[in-house]
Amino acid sequence: MIEVKDINKSFGDNHVLHDFSAEFEAGQVNLIIGQSGQGKSVLTKCIVGLMEVDSGSVLYNGRDFSKMKRKERKEIRTEIGMLFQGSALFDSMTVEENIMFPLKMFTKMSKKEMQERADFCLDRVNLKGRNKLLPAELSGGMMKRVAIARAISMKPKYLFCDEPNSGLDPSTSILIDNLIQEITYEYGMTTVVITHDMNSVIEIGDHIVFIHNGRNWWQGTKEEIIKTDNQEIIDFVYASKFMKSLKGKLA
Amino acid sequence: MSYIVSIGKYVGMIKGVFSKPERFKVYYTRTLTEIETIGINSAGIVAILSVFMGAVISLQTASNMDSPLLPKYTIGYITRSSTILEFSPTIISLILAGKVGSNIASEVGTMRVTEQIDALEIMGVNSLSFLVLPKVIAAVFFFPFLIICSMGLSIIGGYYAVTLSGLASHEEFTFGIRAFFKTSDITYALIKTCVFAFIIVTVSSYYGYFTKGGALDVGKSSTQAVVWSSIVILLTNFILTQLILM
Repeated sequence: MIEVKDINKSFGDNHVLHDFSAEFEAGQVNLIIGQSGQGKSVLTKCIVGLMEVDSGSVLYNGRDFSKMKRKERKEIRTEIGMLFQGSALFDSMTVEENIMFPLKMFTKMSKKEMQERADFCLDRVNLKGRNKLLPAELSGGMMKRVAIARAISMKPKYLFCDEPNSGLDPSTSILIDNLIQEITYEYGMTTVVITHDMNSVIEIGDHIVFIHNGRNWWQGTKEEIIKTDNQEIIDFVYASKFMKSLKGKLA
Repeated sequence: MSYIVSIGKYVGMIKGVFSKPERFKVYYTRTLTEIETIGINSAGIVAILSVFMGAVISLQTASNMDSPLLPKYTIGYITRSSTILEFSPTIISLILAGKVGSNIASEVGTMRVTEQIDALEIMGVNSLSFLVLPKVIAAVFFFPFLIICSMGLSIIGGYYAVTLSGLASHEEFTFGIRAFFKTSDITYALIKTCVFAFIIVTVSSYYGYFTKGGALDVGKSSTQAVVWSSIVILLTNFILTQLILM
């Protein structure tokens, strides 16, 4: 479980996060949604420690990550997997080397054991036999799947996904969403997904946090978000013509 | 003010680079790869430049020696001295700042803008040490070999230039090469080379690591890396010459 308590973050005069608090339960797909520029990415970077918070705290199973020193954070970092928007695969490494990289750095596994783990992770994301390909030889959807395979190679307790559907066609988006949901339930991970995609909200959102003006504006389930009368959320959820056409039917 | 901030960030970066590596075996493998990338792959350009540099030095020396009181062996002597003391360590380092420096800045900069550095940090890897330390070790240990080769090739280039053009004989040139030789000149040149190698890698890595934005900014970082590496090399050259030779 991840608890975010009264986080504040500013860049000069630009106050991005205002006393933001939320809880992300284990074994659930937690979605952070909201319009562009509302502070979703900053919030995620603060939670994973890529940015320091001005005040407030982030607790991983009760351990205050924001107060820890770099060395102390290392232990928690090995429990975190992250899927970046652009996949962030290492260009110079093959698919297999990308997946084996965290194992090489932080475990004492033999080469054979690492290869077996890489094979297992690739099989899990339906990319069996693509071990020797370079990231440049993969499609966008395949890169995302390799990034998921790399993220789960260390059997993480926490998984963060930054807009996993961006740049993907609808069917590949559903494939990625389903994969994230399956591995979350399978490994009992605390998964946090940042997304704009309403399909993802309806498909995989167990717990949804709506961020607006850097504040936790609303939180609830996917059933609740469809029925809410909160105007900001209605504007966000039913922004597209397609969603407008479904208004009422969804509820 | 921004220069002071940059120097502070640079010093902070150096501290991060020399923190304890996570896994020595991985660093060892990376260092060998970097020796190939930034060292061995630069050998060709260093060789070509050195031969022509030596040839031009000796020809210009010969063409400027009008006085009959100056012995012909002076051509070999000046070629050797200027090559060892200045041309090989400094000019070749400036060339390497262009070739290797831009390569490092664009590689690290691209990793920054494509979130690969963030991915390393999330995993718990000290990205500065992981990315920069193997490059520093590779450059500091391998550039001296390149410069020694450069010295030899420059003198060979000078030898063929003056002997084939008839400006000095084989005996005169080789006597000049050996005349008044001090081994401390080589030590001085190699100390300079190690310092320059460190500057090239760290300054270029600094510009790459702190790149913000996209592809255009990676290009800008690469240019700045070359410009500032060259400026710092020239400044350090002046200081080292004062400290060691004077």
